[in-house]
Amino acid sequence: MTVRPGWTSSRFVGRIALGAAAGVSLLYILLPMVFVVWLAFFAQEIPSFPPEGYSLKWFRAIPDNDRFTSGFLLSLEIAVVATAIGLAVGIPAAVCLVRGRFVGREAVNNLLLLPLIVPGIVLGIALYVFYVEAEMRTDWPILGSLGGLITGHVLLAIPWTVRLITASLVGMDRAVEEAAQSLGADRLTTFRRITLPAILPGIVAATLFGFIASFGNLEMSLFLVGPGRTTLPIAILQYLEWKIDPTIAAVSVLQILFIGAVMLVTDRFVSIGRVV
Amino acid sequence: MARLQLSNLTKCYGEFKAADDISIDVADGEFLVLLGPSGCGKTTTLRIVAGFVEPTSGSVRLGERDITALPPWKRNAGLVFQSYALFPHMTVAENVAFGLEMRKVPKGQMAPKVTEALRLVRLDHLGDRLPRQLSGGQQQRVALARALVFHPDVLLLDEPLSNLDAKLRQDVRVEIRELQRKLGLTTVMVTHDQEEALTMADRLVVMSEGRIRQIGSQQDLYERPSEKFVADFVGRSTFIDGRMDGPGRFVSRGGLAIACEGTCTGSASLALRPERLALMPAAAPALDNSFPGAVEFISYLGSQVDLHVRLSRVDRVIVQIQNRPERPLPVIGEQVHIGWNRSTGRVFPS
Repeated sequence: MTVRPGWTSSRFVGRIALGAAAGVSLLYILLPMVFVVWLAFFAQEIPSFPPEGYSLKWFRAIPDNDRFTSGFLLSLEIAVVATAIGLAVGIPAAVCLVRGRFVGREAVNNLLLLPLIVPGIVLGIALYVFYVEAEMRTDWPILGSLGGLITGHVLLAIPWTVRLITASLVGMDRAVEEAAQSLGADRLTTFRRITLPAILPGIVAATLFGFIASFGNLEMSLFLVGPGRTTLPIAILQYLEWKIDPTIAAVSVLQILFIGAVMLVTDRFVSIGRVV
Repeated sequence: MARLQLSNLTKCYGEFKAADDISIDVADGEFLVLLGPSGCGKTTTLRIVAGFVEPTSGSVRLGERDITALPPWKRNAGLVFQSYALFPHMTVAENVAFGLEMRKVPKGQMAPKVTEALRLVRLDHLGDRLPRQLSGGQQQRVALARALVFHPDVLLLDEPLSNLDAKLRQDVRVEIRELQRKLGLTTVMVTHDQEEALTMADRLVVMSEGRIRQIGSQQDLYERPSEKFVADFVGRSTFIDGRMDGPGRFVSRGGLAIACEGTCTGSASLALRPERLALMPAAAPALDNSFPGAVEFISYLGSQVDLHVRLSRVDRVIVQIQNRPERPLPVIGEQVHIGWNRSTGRVFPS
């Protein structure tokens, strides 16, 4: 290979430019997070720059705040249940969408992705109106109930489970399943022994993203929560209406750490970068 | 092992017939090859036998059983795929053991059978590896061991060699064939590669457009092709278009009067094997046909040389000659004579 004069230097400049662009983008994404974390350690009650000192008192105050702890537990409960239901619906749906040949397949596929596209507010209002109507007609306590809230959150998890599991199924060689069947495995055994292990990374990723979508949701939940039932994002918002002290930042830091930890643990089992 | 009988199998997708009235009888221990271009129905036929495609009509018998309605997992057919289709999350030994496991073979009896199957393909030292740690050829041999370990009634091979490189393909070809002979396996292989088909098969089925064109031995297909498609697909033919002008007399579009053995009438094609034509410096009255022509194109293939010779304004044939040092090659534009006997050409109505 002949090296043309100037080739190495132009490549060098290109690398610098690429690195700079990547750096700026990363900074842009991380900047809000950096400020939130920084703010959480400010000593004074009204955040102002430069900080008058640093303190951990806002973190210490969190466990005593009933709204935050119960909000966290409720968000956790809802996210876990909604993700589980989302998987129970999403896995069979993805299998049908990828393997099945039926009229309206494309339409069903798009329908299942819809909650991702529809704004949370719209979804919330729509569900709210629907619950009101349903409650009036059936006399069941739907509005503001835990079931109603979880049902809404299932909608948030489904697009992720369907999308990610569909992607892993598409990437799987169909012949592998057929090989198992020719060796004597019926459909269920084939799914359990061959298909499931093959799409496991997709399922783990789907669980993760379904969980995050539910855990962090604010807009839709605003319409569905009932008295005494406040999720963590809503608790944060409500607190913010009265105070702007760094407690909010401290709670956010904990939330970021929690989701980060979930992602790190997940990444130990499957490389997330491989499936998303 | 068992005899495999396909009777009048047809598979329709709407108006399209992927397989059209396929009847084949595969003898116990026979190696049968389905040969044809892509889309000819050979894979559909194999998948009907394997149970992945339900035929629109017709039946499949394996030994004494009618398996037409059985799902794949109840057919006891060993299947080897083009893509190997090994289970990526299982070791080589686990892959091979899978078929035994499904048959509820006791754990204690499993290991010796797995080792035995792997020994057959000379991979018994690699049982603990994962498929991705093996080369393509090794993976294909694992797939073969996996398909053989449970003593299938029939072995089905779906283009098993097309993902291997040319050198390896030759070796695996011999290996599969020897194993098949040794175990007396009734085998059906699908391929589009005629060389592969000719070297491996006991008997071949040439297919196109969903239909069987000819069933026979290598000699049958090569010497006595039943129709123009077979003459073209198996071996090589050049075709001269024209019409039959009485029994044994073919007149080309370019006006050449050619002696042949056909008895059909009307418009027809004359198929000539390039290696069966003689190249001569002068007219040869001893041959039934002898025409002067000009060399228009030369393909130098090493041991052989293809000459494209124009015999008339519209008729051009390919002549294959052996490349010998004592015989100088003609040059482009040179006048030569091409000759052949009446039995060399085959006439197909068109």
